[in-house]
Parts: sequence; structure tokens; C-alpha cells
Amino acid sequence: MEYLREVLTQQVAGYDQLPEVLQIFLPMLLACLLCLGLVALVPLVAIWGERKVSAHMQDRLGPMRVGGWHGWAQTIADGVKLLLKEDIIPAQADRLLFKLAPLVVFAGGFAAFVVLPFGERFIVSDLNIGVLYIAAISSLGVVGIIMAGWASNNKYALFGGMRAAAQIVSYEIPTVLAILTVVIPVGSLSMQEIVKAQSGGVFNWFIFEPVTFLAFWVVFLGTLAEVNRTPFDIPEAESELVAGYHTEYSGMRFAFFFLAEYANMFLVSALATTLFLGGWHGPGFLPGPVWFILKAVALVFVQMWLRWTLPRLRVDQLMHVSWKVLLPISFILVLAAGTLALWREGAP
Amino acid sequence: MQVEAYAGEEMVLNMGPQHPSTHGVLRLELETDGEIVRKVIPHIGYLHRCFEKHAENIDYPGVIPFCDRMDYIASMNNSLGYALAVEKLMGLEVNERVKTLRVLMAELNRVASHLLSIGTYAMDIGSFTPFLHCFREREKVLDLFEWLCGARLLYNYNWVGGVSHDIPEGFEAKTREFVTQFEPVIAELDKLLSYNKIFLERTADVGIISEEQALSHNVTGPNLRGSGIGWDLRKEEPYCGYETYDFEVPVGLGEHGPLGSCWDRYYVRVREMEQSLGLIRQALERLPEGDVHEHIPRRVRPAKSEVYDRTETPRGELGYYLVSDGGLIPFRVKVKSPCFTVLSLLPAIAKGGMVADIIAIIGSIDIVMGEIDR
Amino acid sequence: MKRYFRDIFQSVWTVLQGMKITGAHLFTRSCTLQYPSVKWELPERSRMRLFNKIEDCIGCGQCVRACPVDCIYMTTERRAKEEPPIFAADGTPIKLRVTQFDIDMSLCCYCNLCTYPCPTHCLVMTPEYEFAVQAKQDFLYRFAKDEPQAPPKPAPSPRPARAR
Repeated sequence: MEYLREVLTQQVAGYDQLPEVLQIFLPMLLACLLCLGLVALVPLVAIWGERKVSAHMQDRLGPMRVGGWHGWAQTIADGVKLLLKEDIIPAQADRLLFKLAPLVVFAGGFAAFVVLPFGERFIVSDLNIGVLYIAAISSLGVVGIIMAGWASNNKYALFGGMRAAAQIVSYEIPTVLAILTVVIPVGSLSMQEIVKAQSGGVFNWFIFEPVTFLAFWVVFLGTLAEVNRTPFDIPEAESELVAGYHTEYSGMRFAFFFLAEYANMFLVSALATTLFLGGWHGPGFLPGPVWFILKAVALVFVQMWLRWTLPRLRVDQLMHVSWKVLLPISFILVLAAGTLALWREGAP
Repeated sequence: MQVEAYAGEEMVLNMGPQHPSTHGVLRLELETDGEIVRKVIPHIGYLHRCFEKHAENIDYPGVIPFCDRMDYIASMNNSLGYALAVEKLMGLEVNERVKTLRVLMAELNRVASHLLSIGTYAMDIGSFTPFLHCFREREKVLDLFEWLCGARLLYNYNWVGGVSHDIPEGFEAKTREFVTQFEPVIAELDKLLSYNKIFLERTADVGIISEEQALSHNVTGPNLRGSGIGWDLRKEEPYCGYETYDFEVPVGLGEHGPLGSCWDRYYVRVREMEQSLGLIRQALERLPEGDVHEHIPRRVRPAKSEVYDRTETPRGELGYYLVSDGGLIPFRVKVKSPCFTVLSLLPAIAKGGMVADIIAIIGSIDIVMGEIDR
Repeated sequence: MKRYFRDIFQSVWTVLQGMKITGAHLFTRSCTLQYPSVKWELPERSRMRLFNKIEDCIGCGQCVRACPVDCIYMTTERRAKEEPPIFAADGTPIKLRVTQFDIDMSLCCYCNLCTYPCPTHCLVMTPEYEFAVQAKQDFLYRFAKDEPQAPPKPAPSPRPARAR
């Protein structure tokens, strides 16, 4: 945001003559709009990408008609269709919560985009507790999911909401612990500081260090579960719960859940990129933001790849993975990271 | 698992008839306690089309299209059973070419049916890609059938005393081509799905049908063989010259978890496909000369008698009980459905599992509602 | 303990194997047919829409009797002696005037039983499959061209009774 303000001051004539309130407020608004644009654009591309990836993995073609080249405009057409659909609220639903739930889910994903470091200066706000902020705000989604599940007054939706709550809360713990293995050597919770700690060549990225390499996979699996993707997609398990917590949703409200899911996919990939894959660092022939987005998209692709390969776990097995596999590993990793940090401090 | 420790208030969950994975229009009334299912009550009859009553008003050949529509996934096998029963009623003997063609088509149909069953089972467990891979292969079989008799699903192929069409020119080569390219697909499916750890975890320990249960509930077909009992009518009471073919009856071995689990039933189907491919090869090799319409009677008018005849369809023992009063129209047609008997076992094996296990069990017993309700 | 680690190893290993397969399929040729622009060539035996070449129809009614769902309706009347003799394409003399030959395609079950007994092979199933219509009554195909000459009988039943 500071960068945006600088640009505005230098490029826009008479900007510095504006009242100070506006000088502060305008960049905020602009940054907000940019973020919103990104949150809207990323799912559009990601949904199209997912349909294409799944199709080709299954020897199909996927959408081919709308927009000419490989049906690139399919998601836009779908979005328009969803916008124009009738807004149905079940008679027995809790109307207020029913309407509020998609907004809460979407807001949780959206707010987290604020601290993503797209480039050296492309960050809305470099909070000094950036990592903690992401972990906290992205958990807001689970509140929305429970609201949706409860308000729909549908047993399947209730099942979905309850499963989601249990799942997201359990996977939060190993994920955050594994993130600590990065925070310990860096010594800061700021996203930019973490990226800067990985500067100086590809092999300084945290994924190429033994402890953080394992932590990367714990974070990857944990976040995969937090965004409810296969093999951890039990809250919306189609063959069991019809559509889980959004069974009763249609039209634009459903689209919000859908957008939030894909925005979250990108968000967790961007988080993993920042923490382990060197963020916006990369060979100099491409600018930083491009590297950042490329790495995040690659991780999104791996998520899709997993989804179209694997069956779904059962609830108890899901908990087993979280509490009996990921959690012990992440504890050991935190211990290892701490020991390593102490040893390095003491070594010279 | 210590279920009692988590006991709470129970909730009745109505699963179906419009549910993505109840395989048609089965309705299940589940009494759930959280994720745990205390009681399952299956409700059937949503696809009842009065097949048996219809059959009492149509002449004998006219019943065949209705037989096709019972188990619409394995039409060839369904109409085969009926045709054999009527032939037995009339004392008709068909020539070798007809017999061989019937075996060929029945086995091709078995492959197609098992492919669908395996594919939808993968989807029930949550894996979508194997489903479409299976459907891709199934399409190839359906293309062969369309080439043979003009229909993709409801063939009306097995007639009383013969079959409707002889094979078209080039059919044998095309079928051999399919068999050859299909074998690696099974191996791929094994790697992608059968031995996947998550799939094993989901299926290898749930829905156990013990030997006694299977026998007491008259479970037949792959479901029975999954419990380790090697009973196959093609071996025990051969028809259409099955005794002259060389094939094995795969049974569940309990390699992963207890014997008779969902995985065993699933894997019996995979191995049955392999056996069917062998049978197709043998049938193609021997295919004798002959006229397929040679023995088709101008008028199907059996003498006053009754007969029970059973065949091995992909879902198990399908029996036809026919009563003739000497007229052109059957007096009574009664069908013994393999899916119905195995569905009656569902409440016993699904109790105490989780909601996700119910889905896994329904998928593994491979029911077709069209055959249960008729 | 040993089992715990073996399970983790097996999970990772089988997941990787599965990913290898799906990854390979990403680059194989897809088998989708872009339907309205590309069409599947149907074999000649395909059983889709029914067609009756009414000029060859001798009105024997065997198709009506064969149909298991009673979707063919036929009425005929005897041609007068003094009318000029006409023949079907294979030389069968046509003695009956077919004044109604209706097929309700929405009832048809595509079993093909009606075409086999046809003595002049005028009733056939064609490989044409794109015949969706907007209104259900458009599925009633009327093939007969001749107007009834004799005065109509009082209220004939549309479905001929079956001989038992």
C-alpha cells in the first residue's frame, strides 16, 4: 500500500494537494479493489483449469464451446447463469444465517489476500504478524460453513457442517505447528521477512532444507484438508452427503461458496509458496509477482492432480491422519527446527 | 471401535430415492447417531414396472424386451436366461453357433457390466477418474453391441431358439482388438484404484459378509464368491456349453482384512473380467459355422408345463419360473432376482458402520434397482 | 510401530503411483466426440427411428401383433374388385387399403420385433436418431396416405384385441 501511495503521489498530478484523509483512503480503496479483482479472477481461471485438468486426466476434453479456444469463457458463462438463477431459500431455513453464511465464508478467504506478498513491493499490508493473521482469518470460513449447515435445516447440510468443523479445527493444529518450523529460523511472523530470508538463489528456499522440507508436506496436506479438497473432501462428499453444507444453496449464494473454495485453494498455495518456495524470488528473467503466481498455480495444479487421482477418506480415518500422523510429525519438526536454530546460533 | 462411548441422541436420515449413490431409486432409512449408523431399513419398489404381470399379457418373444429392461446393465444375460427357460419349456435344442454366440455376448456383456459396477464403486468411494476410465472401456463394448444388433443397451438379441443377428463381417477381429487392448487397462486400474491405500482403508475392513450369512440369505454371484465360496452356475450347472470352456471361478481370498469384505467383492469382479476375456477369446476361436435363425420357431407355443431355469448373470443367479397353459402367452413368469436377496442382507451387514460405510457397502453389493423391483 | 510406518509409506507410495497414471493420461489423446459438429457414424443395423414405406405395405398387421408395447395402430379396408391391381416392390399383391398406419414413437421401445415379421420389408428401423420434437403429439407418425373409401365402422377400437 505504501508503494501504491508513492506511485500515486509521483504519477498523479495534484495528488499531494488532496486532503490527507483522502490521501490515505484512496490507496486503501484501490488496493481493496485490486484484491477483489484478484479474488474474483483467480477462481474463474482455476475453475476452468480444474475442469480442463480433470477432463484430460479422464481422457475427455472438458468445456470446448463457450468463447472459442478450449472453452475459456465457460466459467464466465456459468457465473452469469448462476447470477440469473432464482434465489431459493428453503421455507424452514433460518433466513438470516442462511443469507449470511456465504458472505462469511467468502470474507474469510478474501481478507487473507491482504497479506500475500506478490512481489517485493506488491503487498497490501505487510503486517508484522502476517502468518498468524492468515491462520486466524482463514479459519473464519469454518464459522460460515457451520452457519450454512445449520441454517439450511437439512440433515445432509448439518452433517457437512459438523464434519467441516471437526476437520478444519483438527488440521489447523499440525499446519500451524509446521509453519512454526519456518518462523523459528526467520525469527519473524511477517510474510515479507520470511520471503527475504530465502533470498540468494534457489537453494536458499526452505523446501531444500531437511526439516522444512518435511514441514512443507505437512503444511500442504493440512491446508489441503482445510480447504476441503479430495482426499479430505468429506464435508461436501458428493456420494455420501449429496453436496454437504451447500446442499440447499443455489444461484449466487452457491457461487459464493464456490468462489471461496477456489480462492482458498489459491490462498493456501500462495501461503505455501511464501513459506517454503521462496515467495517472489526466482531467476531474474521474470518479474517477482510472475514467479509468485507461477509457483502458487503449480501448487494448485498439484492439488487438482491429487483430487482427480484419489478416493476420499472416512471421517475417523481423516482424524487419524491429523492426530496420529501429522501432529506427531509436526511436533518432532518443531523440536528439530528449534534445536537446529539453537545449534546454529551457538556454532559460530 | 468403542461405539457406546459416543452414544447420544439418534437422528433418522432418509437416504434416497434421489441420492447420488444409492444406485438408482433405493431408499434407505438410516438411524444415525452422529456418524454411526444404528439401523438401516431399505425401502424398495420405486422402480416397479409390473414386469411379471406384463409378461402374462404378451406372447413369448414379446417378453424378451421386458427382460432386457430388468437388469438394464446386463441385458444380454437377462434375456439369455429367459430364452433358455422357454427353450427348455419347448424342448428346443439350438445349434453350436448360436450357443457360442450366446456365450460370447454374455461374456462381453459381463465385462461391460462389471466395468460399470467397478466404475461407480470408485465414484462412491470418491475417486472420479477410474469411473470415467471404466466408462471409456465400456463404450467400446457397447459399440461392438451396436454394430452387432443395432442397440447399445437393450439388445433384444437372445431369441427363443436363436439369436437375432449373426455377427457382422470383421466383428471377430474388432473384438480380439478390444480384448488385447483391455488387458493392460485392468492392470492400470489395479494400480490406480484397487491397491490404493485409501481405497483399501475404505473398503477392506467394512461390510463383511460371512460365509454363513451369505448362504443363509441366498447371496449369489460375485457377492457370494467374495465371501470365499466358489459357486458359479457356469461351472455347477453349465448351460450354452460352458462346460467345454476353460475358465476359473475367482473367489475372495481376504488378502487385505477379513474375508468377505467390500474389497473382496470388488476384486472378485476385477478378476472375473479377466476370466471373461479368456472366455471371449475361446469363443472367438471355436466359433462354428451354422445358421443362427435355424431353430427359431414360427410360433412359440409350449405344451402345458412348467420350468425353472437359472443362469449366472454378472449379479448372480437369475432364475426364471415359467408356467405355460399351452397357449401363446405365458401363464406365469416369475423371476428370482439376485440383487433382491443380497439387499435383504444389507441391514445386517451395515449396522454399526459409519454413513460413509453404508455407501461403500451398497456400491460393493452392486445392486440394480430395475431387477429388484422389476 | 512398524505397521504405523509401513502404512504411511504405503499411502505415499500408492498415491504417487496413482498420480503417475493420471499424469500420464493428461497427455494421452482424449476420446471425446464433439457431438453436434462431429457425428458418430452409426452402423447400418442401428435401431433408431421407425420408418414405413407405405407404398409397399400390404396391411397384414403382423407388426401390430408383434409389438410388445402396442404402439402401432393400423386400420385397413378391403379394396374393391374393380380397382386396378397394385403390387408391392417384391411383387406381393396388395389387397388391403391401409387407411391408418400410425406409430407412436414416444411409446416405442426400439426392440425391433415389428420389423422381422414384415413380409415385404417395408417397416424398417433407420439409423436416424435426431428426432426430438417440442410437443409430444408430434411423436405420432402417420404414414398412411389413402383416405378411407368405405363408410367408417362404428367406433373401432384403436388397439386390436389380442388372441389368447
